[in-house]
Amino acid sequence: MISFVLNGQPVCSTAAPTRRLSDVLREDLGLMGTKVGCDAGDCGACTILLDGRATCACLIPTARVTGCHVQTVEAETPELTRLRAAFLRHGAAQCGICTPGMLMAGADLLARNPTPSESEAETALGGVLCRCTGYRKIIAALCDASQNHTPSAPASPTNRAVTGQPIPRIDGAAKVAGDLFGADEMPENALVLKALRADLPHASFTFGDLAAYASRPGIAAVFTAADIPGRNAFGVIPAFADQPALATSPTRFRGEAVALVAFEPGHPIDLSDFPITWQERPALTDPEAATRTTTLVHPNRPGNLLIRGRVAKGDATTALAHSAHVVTGDITTSFVEHAYIEPEAGSAWMDGNTLCIRACTQAPMMDREETAAILNLPPERVRILPSAVGGGFGSKLDVSLQPLLGLAALRLNRPVRMTFSRAESMASTTKRHPARMAGRIGCDATGRITAVEFDGVFDTGAYASWGPTVANRVPVHATGPYFTPHVTATARAIHTHNPVSGAFRGFGVPQAAIWQETLYDRLAEKAGLDRLDFRLLNALRDGQPSATGQILHATGIAACLTALRPHWHRALAEAAHHPHRGVGIASCWYGCGNTSLPNPSTIRIGIAPTGQLCLHQGATDIGQGSNTVITQIAADALGLPVGQFHLIGPDTALTPDAGKTSASRQTFVSGRAALAAGQSLRAAILRLANASDAATLTLHGATLSVTEGTTRRDIPLASLPATDHGYALMAEETYDPPTTALDENGQGSPYAVYGYGAQMVELQVDPTLGTVKLLKITAAHDLGRTINPLLATGQIEGGIAQGIGLALMEEYIPGRTENLHDYLIPTTGDVPPIESLLIEVPDPNGPYGAKGLGEHVLIPTAPAILNAIHHATGAEITHLPALPHRIRDAIRKAGN
Amino acid sequence: MIQTRMTYARPPTLDAAIRLLAQSPARLLAGGTDLYPATQATELSGPILDLIGIPELSGITPWHGGLRIGATTPWSTLAEATLPPALAALQSAALQVGGRQIQNAGTIGGNLCNASPAADGVPPLLILDALVELAGPAGTRQIPLAAFLTGPRKTACQKNEILTAILLSEQSLAGRSCFQKLGARAYLVISIAMVAVRIDLAPNGTIHSAALAVGACGPVATRLPELEATLIGLTPAQAASGMTPESLSPFLSPITDIRASAAYRLDAAAELLRRAITGCAT
Repeated sequence: MISFVLNGQPVCSTAAPTRRLSDVLREDLGLMGTKVGCDAGDCGACTILLDGRATCACLIPTARVTGCHVQTVEAETPELTRLRAAFLRHGAAQCGICTPGMLMAGADLLARNPTPSESEAETALGGVLCRCTGYRKIIAALCDASQNHTPSAPASPTNRAVTGQPIPRIDGAAKVAGDLFGADEMPENALVLKALRADLPHASFTFGDLAAYASRPGIAAVFTAADIPGRNAFGVIPAFADQPALATSPTRFRGEAVALVAFEPGHPIDLSDFPITWQERPALTDPEAATRTTTLVHPNRPGNLLIRGRVAKGDATTALAHSAHVVTGDITTSFVEHAYIEPEAGSAWMDGNTLCIRACTQAPMMDREETAAILNLPPERVRILPSAVGGGFGSKLDVSLQPLLGLAALRLNRPVRMTFSRAESMASTTKRHPARMAGRIGCDATGRITAVEFDGVFDTGAYASWGPTVANRVPVHATGPYFTPHVTATARAIHTHNPVSGAFRGFGVPQAAIWQETLYDRLAEKAGLDRLDFRLLNALRDGQPSATGQILHATGIAACLTALRPHWHRALAEAAHHPHRGVGIASCWYGCGNTSLPNPSTIRIGIAPTGQLCLHQGATDIGQGSNTVITQIAADALGLPVGQFHLIGPDTALTPDAGKTSASRQTFVSGRAALAAGQSLRAAILRLANASDAATLTLHGATLSVTEGTTRRDIPLASLPATDHGYALMAEETYDPPTTALDENGQGSPYAVYGYGAQMVELQVDPTLGTVKLLKITAAHDLGRTINPLLATGQIEGGIAQGIGLALMEEYIPGRTENLHDYLIPTTGDVPPIESLLIEVPDPNGPYGAKGLGEHVLIPTAPAILNAIHHATGAEITHLPALPHRIRDAIRKAGN
Repeated sequence: MIQTRMTYARPPTLDAAIRLLAQSPARLLAGGTDLYPATQATELSGPILDLIGIPELSGITPWHGGLRIGATTPWSTLAEATLPPALAALQSAALQVGGRQIQNAGTIGGNLCNASPAADGVPPLLILDALVELAGPAGTRQIPLAAFLTGPRKTACQKNEILTAILLSEQSLAGRSCFQKLGARAYLVISIAMVAVRIDLAPNGTIHSAALAVGACGPVATRLPELEATLIGLTPAQAASGMTPESLSPFLSPITDIRASAAYRLDAAAELLRRAITGCAT
């Protein structure tokens, strides 16, 4: 018996002595606030206080806490109360998965040092990884916690002005309490699922006696591909669906699942003697080689070519031949892992005839369709109830454990649960495409861009996933946000036996931006122009056509570059006085929503007869803030305060389809639907009250009042006839961005709205060691209209942090970096101060003029860093990440 | 859940621990920061002998004019202690092992027994001519740290022995030390290369004695006695300028891996040594 004091209360545990304390806290004592991100002390999500000292609960044998005081995020202490308030005030919690660890590490510091400096806070939090925020708001919150501010009242103005307000996220209280993610809530007595996975890139296999294995004590069932009742092929783009939920022989990448075992609750999970024999096969790991071999990853895809995207306008070859200056460049990038701190997790159960799946996801409706197809169920028999999502960044768009959970729950008619280990999460889910990009850019004698020629080979790995989207998006964006009369841009997605490359914040555009933005620096140099002036000279203006021939409006790039100009001149002047100090700049543009494909969102708002105001919000909030932003838009459109909205969903049984959280589309597309639903409901109310749009609405209990001047009309809600969904008043509206298909030359209008941005990086290079110290990043982003500046700057800072990782440290190597100490993501000390400049060039298609932002913010960071390194040292980095030895080698090469 | 198995012991004294270990082999558990990451299971496979809770294994105490560092002393205790300047490198290393969570749990003895080529504790102890104390059924023995570390993940510790302390002699506490660690990010860094340097200056400002150690540039961290001998009588600036990849290459065998190339590691080691020598003198 292990006795200790937990959050002030004595507790006893009969746990095995060396069981991880994190596991005992969660599984035995029911405290789910302590999150498990790695089970290796690498991420700090499970930080607790052991006798007042911050420690990773995943590394503590439970027996060791005998007689000790253990404090978790569930504790109520003055430090934690102040910290929680500060986190909300500063927008320091996005997805919330690292928040408990950050809070506990922060509480440890505050107990030692009530008024920490920024650098003390940075060091104290250095052991906790966050993938969303870029850390700056967390550090600020910790430094500000001592101020003991009364939490600013959630802004709930009764007038129509909540858009544009920096209100704290409306789901924030749960985040700072320890939100419920995929692994944190499950039905009683759920069987525990574990997948058996390939550990070779390409191998055939045969099973031994599965029936005997399945009859072992503690094992409820074993499933293989033979048990899949429907189409054993999923894929986010139906025409390319090719990935099995459970693979048949041969497997196509390391990490692919071939069997699923359901263990009775409490039984040790061990697949070490699963009856299977593997036979290694030669693997294709190089995409260039894969195009030339007769070995095919998929027999129906000759040359291992999944798809080729192409944009051609004018005659780039001739234009380059006549250009005053031409630069040529060749850049390669690596696999990049999303490294959200929440490994995939969820549970499933049968509710009558309905299969219910509660799991982390970015795309509940797509999960429903794919899982239903795999299980041969009509979609209405599958209900997806997304859990809180501990980061996604694109990878949780694809199904991962949903079909496996569904298969077991359906076949066994018992509740099941599944949590990926960190290694399993990293090995089995999608990555950012490694790219090999080559081409030329020219300009005339005055520095005006004449033509771009681009060819990119993208390693799409074993299955299609979002490869087609990357191949289509990259050529469209290959010029960057600059007017380019002649363009030839191609991108090919090539299959290999590498990890599946899918969606990762920017769909290939960040890789292409590294190529084009580093070349634009060289071109500006050749043309004798200041690098910012060169970009401003060429910045797309309203009325100019893009590479796809789309006539653009609401172009914000010139405004972003102009806003950076004073910072640019200040930084260049400062750098001139410091050896090896560099300043770099890069721009971005990015089309919001699907490329030339429909992607409607539907939002429903209802007022119940009781007076409850319900927003059916199906846009999954993975930390980016759609719960808050869409509510703000709806509140202003309807004319009732944010604080009165009750959020429902996402839940495929309760919310209409608001599409997937990807392509920077939720603020724009779902926001437009929310605007329309709010306006439509308001119009209905005004009609009922015979009032004009000048009227104000108030909701008191079950009475809705409409006041115009001195006239007030009270609507007793209970007296109205109920609508379809039981509401007294209801509106549901859909918005689908107007786009056109791209023709064989990639000409057309693929997006209705584009967002723009430019970032400036100041850094110091240590030329002997090749290390880089980032000093400051200034980011100007055109949001069209800022709905919530607190959340918008949070997106900017978080995107920049991922851009820093892409530029300087992140390189996923299958079988070698399947953990968070060999796979490096930025820590608190790697993200410099960030100054955000929010630019507003409204787009008439966006709600209140708003554009998307989520992916844009990552795109300029890496090329701006590379350009700053070049400015500081002359080094040209052509292979990413720019690890110290690569920078050092490039510096030497430049010096020779 | 799973019942407690008789595979775990947490003895209150060293004698009891040695007796238990003599009776049946067990894995020794200290801070847990290496054993737990090595498994995906929810508990350690036994049998496990937990050394945390044995008072005589923890803490820093005087020893024959020098210092005795208990094997289960955590990094944070080392970092927070008031220690002679010769231990500045060790204290600096203690602040760079993982984050604060790891520093509160991980122990100096565990770091040595884990015997990673990139162990942060090794170079700062090598420059102190550290001895390790091993206790077993036959009593205790003391061996130089360099002899204890026999290869990557290999030590001279016998199956029935426990590393009980690190011993630093009085003369090894002379001078000042400096630690330099290089990685690709700010915190939670596994070293690309690291060095520790201890220099004792004569009254005229020249080097009276020097100790240099390099980690993550070979199967085990290593002292550089041949180079050290050449530094005596030089000024620190002269000594630093002698640290070149060419002068180091006979003594180091860096590898190329995901973190860096071998050639870069050699260059980096030379540069880190230059900086550490300079750091000792300022």
